[in-house]
Amino acid sequence: MNVLDIVKPENQVFCKTKLMTDTTLSYCPGCGHGTAHNLTMEVIDEMGISEDTIGVAPVGCSVLAYDFMNIDMTQAAHGRAPAVATAIARTWPEKYVFTYQGDGDLAAIGTAETIHACNRGENIVIIFVNNGIYGMTGGQMAPTTLEGMKSSTSPYGREIASMGSPLKMTELVANLPGVYYVTRQSVHTHKHARKAKKAIKNAFENTRLKKGLSFIEIVSNCNSGWKMTPNESNIWMEENMFPYFPLGDIKVNGKLK
Amino acid sequence: MSELKLMKGNEALAEAAIRAGVDAYFGYPITPQSEVIEYLMTERPEERTGMVVLQAESEIAAINMVYGAASTGKKVMTSSSSPGISLKLEGISYLAGAELPAVIVNVVRGGPGLGTIQPSQADYFQSVKGGGHGDYKLYVLAPASVQEMSDFIEDAFDIAFKYRAPVLILSDGLIGQMMEKVQLKDQKERISNEELIKRHDSWAVTGKTNRERNIITSLDLQSEKMEARVHRLMKKYEQMEKEDLRFEKINCDDAEYLIVAYGSSARIAQKAVELAREKGIKAGLLRPITLFPYPKQELFKLADQVKGILSVELNAGQMVEDVKLSVEHKVPVEHFGRTGGIIHTPEEILEALEQKIINHERIRYSKTRESSIL
Repeated sequence: MNVLDIVKPENQVFCKTKLMTDTTLSYCPGCGHGTAHNLTMEVIDEMGISEDTIGVAPVGCSVLAYDFMNIDMTQAAHGRAPAVATAIARTWPEKYVFTYQGDGDLAAIGTAETIHACNRGENIVIIFVNNGIYGMTGGQMAPTTLEGMKSSTSPYGREIASMGSPLKMTELVANLPGVYYVTRQSVHTHKHARKAKKAIKNAFENTRLKKGLSFIEIVSNCNSGWKMTPNESNIWMEENMFPYFPLGDIKVNGKLK
Repeated sequence: MSELKLMKGNEALAEAAIRAGVDAYFGYPITPQSEVIEYLMTERPEERTGMVVLQAESEIAAINMVYGAASTGKKVMTSSSSPGISLKLEGISYLAGAELPAVIVNVVRGGPGLGTIQPSQADYFQSVKGGGHGDYKLYVLAPASVQEMSDFIEDAFDIAFKYRAPVLILSDGLIGQMMEKVQLKDQKERISNEELIKRHDSWAVTGKTNRERNIITSLDLQSEKMEARVHRLMKKYEQMEKEDLRFEKINCDDAEYLIVAYGSSARIAQKAVELAREKGIKAGLLRPITLFPYPKQELFKLADQVKGILSVELNAGQMVEDVKLSVEHKVPVEHFGRTGGIIHTPEEILEALEQKIINHERIRYSKTRESSIL
């Protein structure tokens, strides 16, 4: 039997995500960003809302998200994506607006914008990829860098006494009344990715129902910044990141779990 | 309906924004411009025209909200005063880099630092020499009356959309706070989303339909592309200089001495010119209405006619540099200004004209005569 006899549309069980462009991803092999992009685009495609979706890209590794996501996107100044998304959602209330941000962007320089957009309960989705490090600038300490974790600006490990504790932004925003849905997911295995996709879908459904703000943290790896192989980094993430940033729903339908 | 009203400059600006069919305003309170957002909140423009008004958590958030709405082709604006504008500069640089239309209003107060809440023109450099990072300029309109606070809103948006570039209305605490009669324009309807998409579908992010996706960004990691972007911006600024320069000349036809002043200083300098004329001094006033583009050629021409030029500003000497650059040393150029929130009087300006330009010019003239005799 020839392989081409098998490759037929009716036998297809898997295809390239339609809303991803053909541009080669600029992320390091092994990085979770690509999967997080894919899942987000799959949800938008499956919901049939691509014509009504406007994405906001951050500054950081995913600054070029607009090169890969085949939808209308605007790129915000460092940390300001929630403010940018606020204005889009306010002036186009019928659109689906989401931000895609990293930990430095969302939890350090953009803390004020994040907290206030959440507190106002803007009808947007925030996808927050937390890999505990500044990937794009070359592996500096992030607000979410774990205690003792080495980075180029904490070369002897993060010391709580002088550098503070890793910030649990997700738990923090969950306490704000304007926030409707808060969950923490990961995308490093198929099982986790499927759950994360469900969460993303739930978030965009909330936008459709005008429920307010949905906040999805994706705990991810940075094998380059952590100086590990992709597989090592995923194991390290499970053993070190998950105990401090536990996966699961934190707030559902406006109620803390 | 158009109507005549007695209003503060800040209020006239806010009312004009509603009437111009502006889609959204994002701001943060700061003296002496808080009346803009207070007026808007009181007027409920959401009910009048559907205009969105939101008090942001900071000036930084406000300018980035402007960036967001501008990305989608909406008519959007913000206002602040000097320290707040400093905070907005990163966002303003992004607006320029991403080629987005937006209007920013600065009701200037004295600085540096927290400075004073009194009027000033000390943000001239910040406004016309870039301010934020990178190679960009703002089209800068300088109102000199409450009427112009109202009129310049529409003018500013026309320019912003003509060039897809941010426009700055550079007012000050005097124009913002004083009350004058103002002829308000008729209510314009906000454009519909359908019409907006028709007009701006080539660039605005309104949702990808049957076209290539639209992307708003100021990032070009390839040097050649970034340079092309800078060249594109420079072309816009050249076109602004050719097509949209604005200035006003008062008593300049027979002037022997020239005062250059903008905004509130121009109002006071106009009175100084009257006082000078009463004394038999042939003084004239050039009022730049746009500070970028600047009336360089007009000044260059006037320098052939007048014996000296006084730049009158509410600062320690900023625009005087542009006056000097424009006249290319053809005649003496001096600066007169008060700072700290003190407003110069017409008499002070006349005195400065006499001491710094006229007497000085006599001394210089007699000196050259002496040296030629010797």
